Amino acid sequence: MSVKYTKDHEWVKIDGDTATVGITSYAAEQLGDVVFVELPDVGKTFDQGDEMAVVESVKAASEVYAPVSGEVVAVNDGLEGEPQKVNESPDSDGWFVKLKLGDTSQLDSLMDDAAYQAHIS
Amino acid sequence: MPVTGPETMTDTLRTPLYDLHTALGAKMTPFAGYDMPLQYDGIMAEHKHTREAAGLFDVSHMGQAHYTGEEAALEKLITADLSALAHGEQKYTLLLNEQGGIRDDLMVSRPFGDDGLFLVVNAATKADDFAHIAKNTSGKGELRVIGDRALIALQGPQAADVFSALVPDAAKLVFMQCRVFTMDGTEIWVSRSGYTGEDGFEISLPADRAAEITQKILDDERVKPVGLGARDSLRLEAGLCLYGHDMNEETTPVEAVLMWAVAKPRRERLDFPGAARVMQMLADKPARKRVGFTMTGAPAREGAEIVKDGQTIGVVTSGGFGPSVGGPVGMAYIDTEFGAPGTEIEILLRGKARPAQVTKMPFVEQRYYRGE
Repeated sequence: MSVKYTKDHEWVKIDGDTATVGITSYAAEQLGDVVFVELPDVGKTFDQGDEMAVVESVKAASEVYAPVSGEVVAVNDGLEGEPQKVNESPDSDGWFVKLKLGDTSQLDSLMDDAAYQAHIS
Repeated sequence: MPVTGPETMTDTLRTPLYDLHTALGAKMTPFAGYDMPLQYDGIMAEHKHTREAAGLFDVSHMGQAHYTGEEAALEKLITADLSALAHGEQKYTLLLNEQGGIRDDLMVSRPFGDDGLFLVVNAATKADDFAHIAKNTSGKGELRVIGDRALIALQGPQAADVFSALVPDAAKLVFMQCRVFTMDGTEIWVSRSGYTGEDGFEISLPADRAAEITQKILDDERVKPVGLGARDSLRLEAGLCLYGHDMNEETTPVEAVLMWAVAKPRRERLDFPGAARVMQMLADKPARKRVGFTMTGAPAREGAEIVKDGQTIGVVTSGGFGPSVGGPVGMAYIDTEFGAPGTEIEILLRGKARPAQVTKMPFVEQRYYRGE
């Protein structure tokens, strides 16, 4: 399983043709306390770069973009009652959606861990 | 998601506590021309700590001034009854324009006996306010802008215990009283007031002693530093207006539901700016008014449109998550016919209408100390 990153601080974990998407710990730290996450409906399709979800912190709302094109096959219902999971474990329990990948070649446009670390430093 | 990095601070001003903020690990943000602490531990934690124990705020960006001379000249510009303001008292008042629109809200107090009045105004409006007051009192009074003092606020249920350990007589003040005290040989001007809905103090102190005295208050383990983020969520839950958002030059005290700040003798004499228009609006009922609202899910933010049956009936002026309420809270201007608490409304969030309810403010109980 490989992990890729966008310049807008989303991470994508690839497992076969499924991509799990969340926001990075750097982004969660910048946002501060997350109080609500608005997730898309299962079945919805997004093009790469579309606004896919909204994360609300105490101070502001921020958009989360689809890192790759695909159809939503699952959303993290646990965030409804516990949005703080985005702060507590952004890389695991705080995931947002699972996408069924459309065009796997889009993954090539994303950053690997080393490139992302350089991007935020 | 887009993340904005630290902005470059080239022309921003620093308060006398700037070095203390950076030493405490604050995340700084530009506000009203100053580089101010947005947060230290996190907005949620700082908010809750203030409600449960005590929070320490740097509000040195606000404008402080000393007014001496003919008080009638100053009184003409505001809504307070200065002849009734005794030594040791403070009032919340409004600086109005000729149409009765709100130029600013401010605190006026008499901590110095017969040596004039102490004014504290908003940071973003201070230059305009002071120019307006100086111009309109010229030849009658003197406004001395105070640039060499810091201003801090200590707020929360344990504020009085904390502060009276350092300044024992401060605990004798009740809400909206003020006094000059000496702490470690330094003259400090203290009022029992604040912007959180909690008991607490606002303390003006010389800039060159500010860091040392503030550190001494922070040495008490019950106190944590609190940034502007939690200052905003605390004041919003307490139902307190933020100037430039919840009222401005286009809103009157009637629309802003602040007529309690217009002293009775001033209403009777009709001698505050825009009095005729304001009193007429009060008699006729305004077309719109400031209300509170609550909802579930995503918080409505400033600028969100309020609708009912497809018609626009208002706009959100402050909105966010209330950490003590545990959900979204906000203030809005709404057509008066929909202003009753309990009225079901809808707020447009990213194109979708979300249910909300007009709610009586404050959203949390105000816990001011008014004496035993």
